[in-house]
Amino acid sequence: MLFKEVQSLIFHEALIEWRLRYAINGILLYLISVIFTSYLSFRSQVNTLNPIIWNTLFWIIILFTAVNAVTKSFIQLNRGRLIYYYSVANPIAIILSKILYNTFLLLIIGFTGLMIYSLVLGNPVDDILLFSLNLVLGSIGFAAVLTMNSGIASKAVNSTTLMAILSFPVILPLLLIVIKISRNALDGLDWTASYGQIIYLCAIDIIVITISTILFPYIWRS
Amino acid sequence: MAKLKLNIRINWWKILAIFLVFYTVIAGFLIKVPRIAIVQESVRNQFFHVSMWFSMMILLTTSLIYSIRYLSRSNMQFDRIAEEFAYMGIILGLLGLTTGSIWARFTWGAWWVNDAKLNGAAICMLVYLAYVILRNSIEDEIQRARIAAVYNIFAWATLVPLLYILPRLTDSLHPGSGGNPGFNIYDLDNNLRLVFYPSIIGWTLLGVWIIQLRVRFKILKSKLEDFS
Repeated sequence: MLFKEVQSLIFHEALIEWRLRYAINGILLYLISVIFTSYLSFRSQVNTLNPIIWNTLFWIIILFTAVNAVTKSFIQLNRGRLIYYYSVANPIAIILSKILYNTFLLLIIGFTGLMIYSLVLGNPVDDILLFSLNLVLGSIGFAAVLTMNSGIASKAVNSTTLMAILSFPVILPLLLIVIKISRNALDGLDWTASYGQIIYLCAIDIIVITISTILFPYIWRS
Repeated sequence: MAKLKLNIRINWWKILAIFLVFYTVIAGFLIKVPRIAIVQESVRNQFFHVSMWFSMMILLTTSLIYSIRYLSRSNMQFDRIAEEFAYMGIILGLLGLTTGSIWARFTWGAWWVNDAKLNGAAICMLVYLAYVILRNSIEDEIQRARIAAVYNIFAWATLVPLLYILPRLTDSLHPGSGGNPGFNIYDLDNNLRLVFYPSIIGWTLLGVWIIQLRVRFKILKSKLEDFS
């Protein structure tokens, strides 16, 4: 029942996204522009770019693009659709579908970003499998935190500023651990070195999703 | 005019709070402290820095409990209490940061060092300051209460990994993380404990007292608004 509801909501969301392609295209263009800007800013040292800087810059670009991409999930929802959702769907189904949809969106952003980023700034990643796993887990966490915060911020005035204020500190522990794992992947360390951190990352993902599902109905009601 | 009389049976804890805070300040500066290399006399800061963070944790956790109660009962009173507990927690946290920074200056040689525990503490303050901003930017009272409660729970859930899990995963100068002993070196000394535990209770009670006054003030203010 819930599963079916989530499924149809995601389908609905994707359909709207497809019809209004400007949103996703805008985000992808944003990503490309940011990457290109950083490429040109680093131009003189592209070949000698320190892997640590490469890694940090990548995640910061992903973070900012993710915030921009997810912000719209509740904040830019117009009143008519809000009431429509309110009357037909279960809040838990809504938050789950939004999180899943945004995860999907962030995965597209992440992998497209990685491709373009490696194209211009080189790719020092040694263990691409670990890096990708990390990207997937990180996207789930980012999507959950940002979706929830978008729901919170949408209820307030000046919600776009609030979105950043609320999300950045909350997302930082996640970001730090993601950066650490991807540094391991960059250095090509053995997987055993990152097991603890991967488990911790999974735990954060699960906690964030659980908290979001429990708390979202309270936000939705108002 | 009603006579101002101190009812000992109800207000004993306020007297205790005054007593304990004075005790912390006076005894804290006068007792004999063990000589620990580098730390030396600055170990007295433990009665301020460490105990303020302890009582901050107590207050923020109480705030969390009231937020959960608000969500389950929708009583405005719970929201007021949760808000004030969070504010007081922020003030104690900021004081803890300041005293910690002074301590760092005299033991590690810098006002701020790049350390997992310190950065975690700073991020925590950012999370809770965002809570204040969030509260101020919602007009409707009931909606504000509900959303603030939700964010408060969220904030507390980030606080725990930031302060207690992440610093343990990395190296840290700060005691209690990165394999450093927590209080073990200090625990050997009973003199320190004699002031340390009362000081936690003292700061917490003082905080609760301020909170009580502020909550009462807010209730009166909302009644006044209802009249006019």
